[in-house]
Amino acid sequence: MKLIKTLLGAAAIVAAASTAFAEGHGANPAIIFDLGGKFDKSFNEAAFTGAQRWAEETGGEFREIELSSEAQREQALRRFAEQGANPIVMTGFAFSSALETVAPDFPDTKFVIVDGYVDAPNVRVVAFSEHEGSYLVGVAAAMASESDVVGFVGGMDIPLIRKFACGYVQGVKSVNPDATVIQNMTGTTPAAWNDPVKGGELTRAQIAQGADVVYAAAGGTGVGVLQTAADEGIFSVGVDSNQNYLHPGSVLTSMLKRVDNAVYEAFTEGTMLSTGVVVMDTSTGGIDYAVDEYNADVFTDEIAAAVEAAKAGIIDGSIVVHNYESDNSCPVE
Amino acid sequence: MDFLQVILTLDMTIRLSVVLLLACLAGLFSERSGVVDIGLEGKMLIAAFASAAVAYESGHVWIGVLAGCGAALLFSAIHGIASIIYRGDQIISGVALNFLASGLTIVIGDAIYNKGGQTPVLTGSARFEDITLPFADAVADVRLLGPIYSELISGHKSIVYYAFMIVPVVWWVLYRTRFGLRLRAVGENPASVDTAGISVYMMRFKALAITGILCGLAGAYLSTAQAAGFGREMTAGRGYIALAALIFANWRPIHAMGACLLFGFLEAISNLYPNIDVFGLFTIPVQFTQALPYILTVVILAGFIGKAIPPKAVGQPYEKEH
Repeated sequence: MKLIKTLLGAAAIVAAASTAFAEGHGANPAIIFDLGGKFDKSFNEAAFTGAQRWAEETGGEFREIELSSEAQREQALRRFAEQGANPIVMTGFAFSSALETVAPDFPDTKFVIVDGYVDAPNVRVVAFSEHEGSYLVGVAAAMASESDVVGFVGGMDIPLIRKFACGYVQGVKSVNPDATVIQNMTGTTPAAWNDPVKGGELTRAQIAQGADVVYAAAGGTGVGVLQTAADEGIFSVGVDSNQNYLHPGSVLTSMLKRVDNAVYEAFTEGTMLSTGVVVMDTSTGGIDYAVDEYNADVFTDEIAAAVEAAKAGIIDGSIVVHNYESDNSCPVE
Repeated sequence: MDFLQVILTLDMTIRLSVVLLLACLAGLFSERSGVVDIGLEGKMLIAAFASAAVAYESGHVWIGVLAGCGAALLFSAIHGIASIIYRGDQIISGVALNFLASGLTIVIGDAIYNKGGQTPVLTGSARFEDITLPFADAVADVRLLGPIYSELISGHKSIVYYAFMIVPVVWWVLYRTRFGLRLRAVGENPASVDTAGISVYMMRFKALAITGILCGLAGAYLSTAQAAGFGREMTAGRGYIALAALIFANWRPIHAMGACLLFGFLEAISNLYPNIDVFGLFTIPVQFTQALPYILTVVILAGFIGKAIPPKAVGQPYEKEH
């Protein structure tokens, strides 16, 4: 009898605690990281940085989960929504189909998807103009290259990554029409976002073919690309987050995709956030390139002037960078 | 495709084959002794993690390698206790170890370094350096032979050369020593070995110990030579491909080297030439090239070309008669 009493008491405490938990955390925002993981030093980490910044500045709390398999996608989304998290931010195009089914079931919850596309009244779609940023680092790569051969290592072979590649090639060719751009994709499954060994191998192969600047748009795989470039003494270009600090003097610059700002803004606006498509491009500071103390020695004034001119051109409309996703083709190879 | 590209492809083949080769030889010892080892993947993964973490902490790559071998040995011992002493199902024990390694590496890594299961980047003496063989630079300009020597043969990590040197040693141990004879016998007919007064359990444990050490080397190669640090799930199915190579090679060491080089070559091809255009008629998609090792293994298993003859007692726990 005594044992039953104890058990019941314990159960009551647990129940009370969980109610308190649910109330206290009810309207907190939540973020779901894609398979690359929140420490991919790139795309997901940028999102994490934004969430952290919001938490530090407002003292608020947010909930988070890192996916470890495809099957968790819809499950994680549904669970956060059921627990009352609002808004829910997810990073990655791969959430599109899961969100499409979940969003109508929770009309009072606001969702934010970065890179994907979902047409629903309670969804904000954050679209970045990656082709513009890739164009800028393409200009820098072509200026820094001495062999006139530069490389590109993509993650998963999807239109979004081809958009990066296409913008990059256009940037390179604008400086040097005769330059060769070697392009490789890591794979055709989401595992391609997290395979640094293969990223390194592809980079070695590109170096052997003469490349002396390699641009990685591959999430966690990019860590291997940057590492190999540093080992072999050539330049690399980072992506999404500022990756200049990883290998000072070897990372020429990084294409910045301010996913952190997108997450920060979504968290700040909270439940009142506006829905619809939000475009973040060069003119609004959503896309940029990184210059800091780590690449000051290699990012020469000459390169800086050329890139800055290209940036001004994109903003005033005198340079139009073709967007691969607009017609699924690239005018240059 | 010009000459340089051929060299380039073969160079990548060698780098990619090494991890398969070490894992395949590891599996060879275990399976030749009659213990199926589907846990190669897990052993490599835990070894990759242990060697990266210890190499980072100590700053010396060889201490890391030792730690990797230690971790894989521990996993081998668990496999042995479960499947040799307690006569559990060898496949289940192996699969369980794979899951254990996959979870443990992330949990421990995240607890120590707080980087989502990754270890910090290894630099300097904490990882293997490329070795340039003598005269490699001097002969680089010689026609044909120059690039073969300076690009293909020279310029790999030391562990690459050791891996290929291990192959003839394994052959010699297996076919020319008393230990090798007993090992093969214990995998074919353990009862007769037992009758001869040799402990079947002891032989199998010895074989598993060698398996552990070789898996340790394979894992260490991944995280301290090919990459510069551990990343979660970094073995990415290489343990299973090694197992396929073992079947493909019919459980023979020299053939295993051939099979691993072939599978490494296919991986290199899929890396370098994702979609191969055949005379403009059709394209071979990259998925086909990636699946080819498994397809070839199934063809061999089905007996269309050659025939896979596994050790007779493989997969069966040995029970001493009383």
